[in-house]
Amino acid sequence: MIRLVPDQSAQITRTEKVEFTFDGEAIWGYAGESLAAALIRSRRLHLRDAPEDAGPRGAFCLMGLCQECVVVLEGQPVESCRIELQPGIAVTSLRHGADD
Amino acid sequence: MTDPIDILVVGAGPAGANAALAAARHGKHVVLLDEQEKPGGQVWRAKDSSILSAPQTPEGSAGDALRAEITKAQIDHRGSTQIWQIERQSESWDVHVIRDGEVEKLTSKTLVLATGAREFVQPIPGWTKPGVVGLAGATALFKQNLSPPGQRTIVSGTGPLVFFVASEIRRLGGTVAAVITPNTRRDWVAKLPALVGRLDLALRGALWIADLMVSRVPIYWGCAVVSVEGAERVEGSQIQKLDANWAPKGETWNIDADSLCIGYGLIPSIEAAQLSGIPISHRPDLGGWVPDIGEDGATSIDSLFLCGDGTGIRGAAAAELHGALAGLSAAEYLGAETAKERNILRPRFNRAVRFGLAMTALNIPRPGLAMLTTPDTIVCRCESLTQTRISQEVQVGAASTNAVKSGLRAGMGPCGGKYCQTAIARLIAMHENRPEAEILPPMPRPPLRPVSVASLSGEFNYDDLPIPKPAPL
Repeated sequence: MIRLVPDQSAQITRTEKVEFTFDGEAIWGYAGESLAAALIRSRRLHLRDAPEDAGPRGAFCLMGLCQECVVVLEGQPVESCRIELQPGIAVTSLRHGADD
Repeated sequence: MTDPIDILVVGAGPAGANAALAAARHGKHVVLLDEQEKPGGQVWRAKDSSILSAPQTPEGSAGDALRAEITKAQIDHRGSTQIWQIERQSESWDVHVIRDGEVEKLTSKTLVLATGAREFVQPIPGWTKPGVVGLAGATALFKQNLSPPGQRTIVSGTGPLVFFVASEIRRLGGTVAAVITPNTRRDWVAKLPALVGRLDLALRGALWIADLMVSRVPIYWGCAVVSVEGAERVEGSQIQKLDANWAPKGETWNIDADSLCIGYGLIPSIEAAQLSGIPISHRPDLGGWVPDIGEDGATSIDSLFLCGDGTGIRGAAAAELHGALAGLSAAEYLGAETAKERNILRPRFNRAVRFGLAMTALNIPRPGLAMLTTPDTIVCRCESLTQTRISQEVQVGAASTNAVKSGLRAGMGPCGGKYCQTAIARLIAMHENRPEAEILPPMPRPPLRPVSVASLSGEFNYDDLPIPKPAPL
């Protein structure tokens, strides 16, 4: 296929893959990237349920304004778009039925 | 005690960073605050530490050059810092900030606000589903993480951003299912005179569009995404043709995708300016409500200067120059001689503004776009309030955004009203049959960003409470 904008994804080099858990499930990401980016790549999109109508929500503004990507890390609610992924962290969603 | 701060700059995007650099060149003690870890703002957001090497982009080069300059000039840059309150004292400004959960008060002789913008997304059915991200939001993912938002993405919205986002998704290995834009080719042709003024940017845009065309990615001009399909996450979107007023008309069709980027232009972030006591005006040509400013970022308060997209959406090139002008104005206020320098910068700023405003004009939502929000659509994401619920509140007498906010909590949730207030103001204007310019945004109240009670109260232990001795019987 002809393209004028080349696919450069193969030219990007990243840190080593590290494991972490999301609702107890082991997934991987790159150390130092945002937690939201790692969750989006692994297609863990449903991060919380809206408090009023329990509708599924996930990362939306990706710049620390909307609070939709909040998850629980070490007992604290954190914006996943503003948190750096560290190896071995245990992240919990704010979904009903998820352990928290 | 450290030296008193001469100039405190809030926001390290193109405007704020250049304000800091310009003021520092005149020997002023500058502190530059920003929410992000590294300077650059949203437009020149830095890559995260997981990226070891990657092909350079124009945004990446501009950001890297700016960050190098800030390091070289030894600017006191404090990243990952959010401001939540601004207080004007008789001779200075107190700015309350939070960093790593710790609160601190900074005092400065002058204040330069370069708070940038956020994006407007017209609420549509299903826009709260996981997998829907803002159009500008998606660029944060590209610039910081070099990741696409999904495997197959619909890109929808106005102005040049929709083509930049589509192009970046393709560059980073994703697939664009379709580009959907309310703008028509005729809208773009009308902007040719302004585009000629920035041929470099115009040619880059032309390349993005040409790439989509040769690669057979469908571009639907004069159309909008009218609803998001999928049970628990995005599985596709319904598309519909728009009339000249941007109201949906005719049949709809479905496009399958696992993600959707959607946005209708930028809105100046004016809360900090409002909190500082600056009056605001409604200027659709500048992106909506803007603080009133004079030449070179001066305001009605002589120790306060405003610059960049937070004063009207003029684009990054104009923001750089506007920032430098405001930084120089602040230095001038503190005794420096900057008139000559400003006289040189001002015509360059005015040229950049012409291009920037032509792009902003493509983003101005036409009245019909509001019809994409159906009665059952959630308008306030934080409180899950539908358009019907908000309309009911307006019909029983809530004739202002403040009234809707206190009646329904629309705007009191964790986002602080950043993603609902424009749509709510338009809804009030429609019900009351009044011009949008009469429906003021809500009065911002501190905290401007969420602050935990724990960080305000500090380390607290019940045993530390002084208990007075019981009074003798």
